[in-house]
Amino acid sequence: MTARAMTPKARVSRANVFMALLRRDMRVARRELPFFLVRTTLQPLMFIVVFGYLLPKMGFMKEGYSTALLPGVLAISLTFSAIQSVALPMVQDFGWTREIEDRLLAPVPTSLVAAEKIVAGVLQGFVAALFVLPLARLIMGPIPNLTFAHIGTVLLITLLGGAAFSSLGMWLGTAIQPQQIGLMFSVILAPMIFFGCAYYPWQGLSAVPVMKYAVLINPLVYVSEGMRAALTPAAPHMPLGAVIGALIAITVIFWTVGMKSFMKRALG
Amino acid sequence: MTETNAITIRALRKVYKATGGKKLRHLSLPGGSFMPGGTGGMPRPSAHDVIALDSLDLDIRQGEFFGLLGPNGAGKSTTIGVLTTRIVPTSGTATVAGSDVGTQAVSVRQRIGVVPQQPNADRSLNVIENLQFHAAYFGIPVAAATKRAQELCETLGLSDKLNVKLNEMSGGQQQRLMIVRALMHEPDVLFLDEPTVGLDPQARLGLWEILRGLHAQGRTIVMTTHYMDEADRLCDRLAIIDRGKLLALDTPRALKDKAPGGTLLELVLDGDALGAAEKVKAIDGLTRVEASGTVLQAYSGTGGRLLPAMIEAAEQSGRRVKDIHLLPPSLETLFVSLTGRKLG
Repeated sequence: MTARAMTPKARVSRANVFMALLRRDMRVARRELPFFLVRTTLQPLMFIVVFGYLLPKMGFMKEGYSTALLPGVLAISLTFSAIQSVALPMVQDFGWTREIEDRLLAPVPTSLVAAEKIVAGVLQGFVAALFVLPLARLIMGPIPNLTFAHIGTVLLITLLGGAAFSSLGMWLGTAIQPQQIGLMFSVILAPMIFFGCAYYPWQGLSAVPVMKYAVLINPLVYVSEGMRAALTPAAPHMPLGAVIGALIAITVIFWTVGMKSFMKRALG
Repeated sequence: MTETNAITIRALRKVYKATGGKKLRHLSLPGGSFMPGGTGGMPRPSAHDVIALDSLDLDIRQGEFFGLLGPNGAGKSTTIGVLTTRIVPTSGTATVAGSDVGTQAVSVRQRIGVVPQQPNADRSLNVIENLQFHAAYFGIPVAAATKRAQELCETLGLSDKLNVKLNEMSGGQQQRLMIVRALMHEPDVLFLDEPTVGLDPQARLGLWEILRGLHAQGRTIVMTTHYMDEADRLCDRLAIIDRGKLLALDTPRALKDKAPGGTLLELVLDGDALGAAEKVKAIDGLTRVEASGTVLQAYSGTGGRLLPAMIEAAEQSGRRVKDIHLLPPSLETLFVSLTGRKLG
């Protein structure tokens, strides 16, 4: 028996591998689309049915509430799907299926595998937001002050919000033990949603000043307010510059922490 | 690394830091005088840290079928983990196919194929998609990948499974898929971590045939196992490791020759063996003669050569021999003598 001579290998293009990883995630996401949409958008849509349709019909809500509600519900759909799209596969892959190991053995830097996952999360956030927007409009009827004149800003907020929350999902998914996944929803995500200025504008919290400043640590606040600034600019909202600045800072923080946590799990 | 080495390991050490004392296996350290070799100023490990690899040195030649043998927790999987760039060592160096696993991990990954202990194929994809995507991660275009996947699946008996979902496949089929996947990008070195655990005997023999075939093509294969017979039959050379240390390294035959006590000769008699044992003890070259009920045992340093003398002595004592067993020196006996514990 003679040993094989080591074959010279051409260097693999990182961009090609990144696209292959992304294609894999998109193919899986496409197959699971109905489940994905139900998982990430059913809760905000039910909220719209109750607060955007039933309560106004009963006369409990003022007409203009839908103006405050629509951007917030979009923000929730976007962030919820971005977190879940990254966190759930991470918990599964590192927890028991080990399926990601094949990708971790791809001839590219390990951080590229994590970066792709975050990008896939952003794309899935886009899909969820795009799905909820027309449905919300349909359920709530005409929404005062709603405009699509600033579509570029809407896309920018979606991109930044998706990146921030996908990175958060990377962190949570690699730092949390599989058996604590339920705790993640009740201790982290639920308070984030209720105190994320999604169901009320931030300016409205002037009535409770302590809350108004306490909620600023909640990253969802900036996505909700950013959506308001972009979709219903005539209604009260946080200044767009502050929103964008905060979202960039949050993305950088979560990306750094999420990447570090991923690398720790990937290189056991 | 030298020209002929596929893998070179020098002073490789991996210490897992204790985290809250949970799930940790304590390995005894020489009390108070712990001086790790070649770890230059490393903090002293605490009593609860686990030393998975303890200054391991190893050379594996190109084209070799190399076995890492040891009980559970010996450090086999950690060694494979470091060599496949998935575990960062605490200190020491390892080169695989000419590249350093730490500083040139990407080029190491390009040249290795890995078959994991538990099949970890992508359950969201079917068989052919698994193989196509794996190839895409290595920059292989889909047409070439499909062709190669078909060829390999044909060779490994999976050609009727190309469009099948993973949960419709048996454990043996999934394990073969892992081998196909590992070979998709034509690796120079193939790593298999306990590849036959959980397989039924038939699937196990099938897998051995496949591995022999890959070896015959000249591929370097590194396999961990805690099955002695597997290591014995497949590997050119074996390293016996335990508690992160290399205990013995040689061909299976040479290792077996080192096994203490020689060949076990066993006679089953038609009655109590005590009288026969007294006669047999007089035979020069037999040691540790013991009678247990109707069974008479003795060890010989010359294989079965003394068996006729033993039978004659037993029959002289008035017993008839009903059955004969001859157990050559085994890796198992060597392992027990080296480590003081059994495999598995």
